[in-house]
Amino acid sequence: MRTPLRPLARILQARAEGLNPDVIETENLRSRHEAWRERNRVRAERRLMFLSLGFVIAFLAIGGRMGLTAATEPVEPRASAPGNEIIALRSEITDRNGRILATNMTTYALYAHPKVMVDPKGVATKLGAIFPDLDAAALERRFTDGRSFVWIRKVLSPEQMQAVYEIGDPGLLFGPREMRIYPNGSLAAHVLGGASFGAEGVNSAEIIGVAGIEKALDGRLRDPAQADTPLTLSLDLSLQATVEEVLGAGMTMLNAKGAAAILMDVRTGEILALASLPTFDPNDRPAPIVDKTADPGDSPLFNRAVQGVYELGSTFKIFAVAQALDLGLVRPDTLVNADAPMTWGKYKIKEFENKNYGPLLSVTEVIAQSSNVGTAHIALMIGALRQQAFLKSLGFFEPTQVELVEAPGARPLIPKRWPEIVTITTSYGHGMSASPMHLAAAYAAIANGGVMLKPTLLKRDGATSGIRVMSEATAAEAVLMLRRVVTDGTASLGDVPGYEVAGKTGTADKPNPSGGYYADKVINTFASIFPASNPQYVLVVMLDEPLDTAGSEPRRTAGWTAVPVAGEIIRRIAPMMGLRPRLEAAIEGAIPVSGPVLGPVSDN
Amino acid sequence: MRPLFGILAFLGLIALGFWAYRENYTTQAALKEAQGLQREILVLREALAVQRVEWAYLNRPDRLRALAAANFDRLQLLPMEPHQFGTPGEVAYPGPALPTISQPVEIQGTETAAEGL
Repeated sequence: MRTPLRPLARILQARAEGLNPDVIETENLRSRHEAWRERNRVRAERRLMFLSLGFVIAFLAIGGRMGLTAATEPVEPRASAPGNEIIALRSEITDRNGRILATNMTTYALYAHPKVMVDPKGVATKLGAIFPDLDAAALERRFTDGRSFVWIRKVLSPEQMQAVYEIGDPGLLFGPREMRIYPNGSLAAHVLGGASFGAEGVNSAEIIGVAGIEKALDGRLRDPAQADTPLTLSLDLSLQATVEEVLGAGMTMLNAKGAAAILMDVRTGEILALASLPTFDPNDRPAPIVDKTADPGDSPLFNRAVQGVYELGSTFKIFAVAQALDLGLVRPDTLVNADAPMTWGKYKIKEFENKNYGPLLSVTEVIAQSSNVGTAHIALMIGALRQQAFLKSLGFFEPTQVELVEAPGARPLIPKRWPEIVTITTSYGHGMSASPMHLAAAYAAIANGGVMLKPTLLKRDGATSGIRVMSEATAAEAVLMLRRVVTDGTASLGDVPGYEVAGKTGTADKPNPSGGYYADKVINTFASIFPASNPQYVLVVMLDEPLDTAGSEPRRTAGWTAVPVAGEIIRRIAPMMGLRPRLEAAIEGAIPVSGPVLGPVSDN
Repeated sequence: MRPLFGILAFLGLIALGFWAYRENYTTQAALKEAQGLQREILVLREALAVQRVEWAYLNRPDRLRALAAANFDRLQLLPMEPHQFGTPGEVAYPGPALPTISQPVEIQGTETAAEGL
């Protein structure tokens, strides 16, 4: 309760007693002040209490945190560690067994700050002596024209770096570089492609793929999260080396200007070897041909196995026959009209060297003898629409989907219209063009019991699912027919004892860019499946403009060129893949060994 | 009582301050060491990368092929051939087990004989 400063009763009483009433007021004022001070003191004390409590808590928190930090196991601060950012910018590429195909190495780039250079003229002369490809005069001009930064070399070898050190000019500086290196040289060059530098800085440069799988899977290879896991390809280094060696020897011996080979595992669709000759060294990738008139196929950079689309000739005949079998139109022993020459409108369909295998030939013999006329009649039974649908299901209308940057560009050349004459010519592989990779994938479908798989260059774990394009029985019959081609037909030189090679030859005249076909330039192909009794691998060998001069007259048919090369490849690689030859059957007389070894019966 | 508490608190503060100071320097020394180790790891990784490249380069198939050809007289290495697969029939049938030793013969000289020499 608030007491008034001058209570009237006391004032009046004091006045009556003659006392000073102001004393009462002062007295009241003092006691009121006393009470106010007491209240403030208590409040301040409480505040101080809280403040000190706050300090204690803060101190305990910091102390506790420090104690915790000191007591825990120290963890290496890896992410922020210096120098870490230039380790493994790009993941390695290995073959299926983990052998290195492409990796990175640290090297140095050389650049100059001409403004701090002591003796630009002397430095230019000395650099010209170290690097013979540098022009000392041009270098001196660039050092003295007032610019403050000059790139000199993108990569240096340790010896070159030491020599530059010994010049001892403060204006010459080194920048660390990751460099892509292909230790196997030209091996599998067309698969790997190559890499070069993208955006460049003084302290690092990004590596970008320029061709092949390096470019096709550039995103995966540059992904920092996967930099430590190598990209495992389906290729096998030993098989690849053997295939390239034998193919190269065959190409030289047969005077071919190019060659290609594809080895595929039919169960998984994995490509075990892919070779295209002539080849190049991805460490020192040659410049592409700039001449517009030149054939890009003449460049060693051109991948004949994937990029090249060719008329693949008689290798296509098995597709027409397999489809007719699958549709129930014919049986392997059905006799078809093979009376050559066959006239269709203004066109005349002939056999190789104007032979006539007719008038009637069984379907098996049509394949074994490679009869154009027989295949043409079978194709006419099938009809254009069904033929197109079947070839489409085998992937012949679309680019292959292998993981190479060149693959999507290699679109098969399909006739725009599909009259019956196209049905006829396509059945024996003329009029439409596809790459050897298309052919390998389609033959793999036959070998895999009629299931089409997507060919891949990446390692797959176990078998994969695909699309069925023909019945298992049809596929088995087709393989048996292809086996007949090797035992009694056009590919007798490809018979490797014990490995039951089955396959089909193809000889196609090369189209002349100015129209028509060359008379003496051919593409020879041999598409093979082995072993026939349990198909596991498909090998496609293609030779560009081969010529066998071993005989009395020059021979250009696949039976004399691509087939022996493929046979030798199979003889060499099959043991490496752990395939055991089935020689017991041969010993028991299942394969006749009497009589002279003959060359191919015929071929077209 | 109150002054004693104050003095104790002050001494505690000094002690903790000293401890924090020392911890700070230990940490910095450890960081410096970690940095040095990182640099060493980097150098070693680079060396490892170079050695892996060199291993792959020295083991490249065409070099091995050339070496096998150059040293044919010593190594007699040839490409793998289909006929190198053996059959179970080629494995020799194990011979009869060795008979047990029936009459042991002492073939080691005795100590006295050795000393007599």
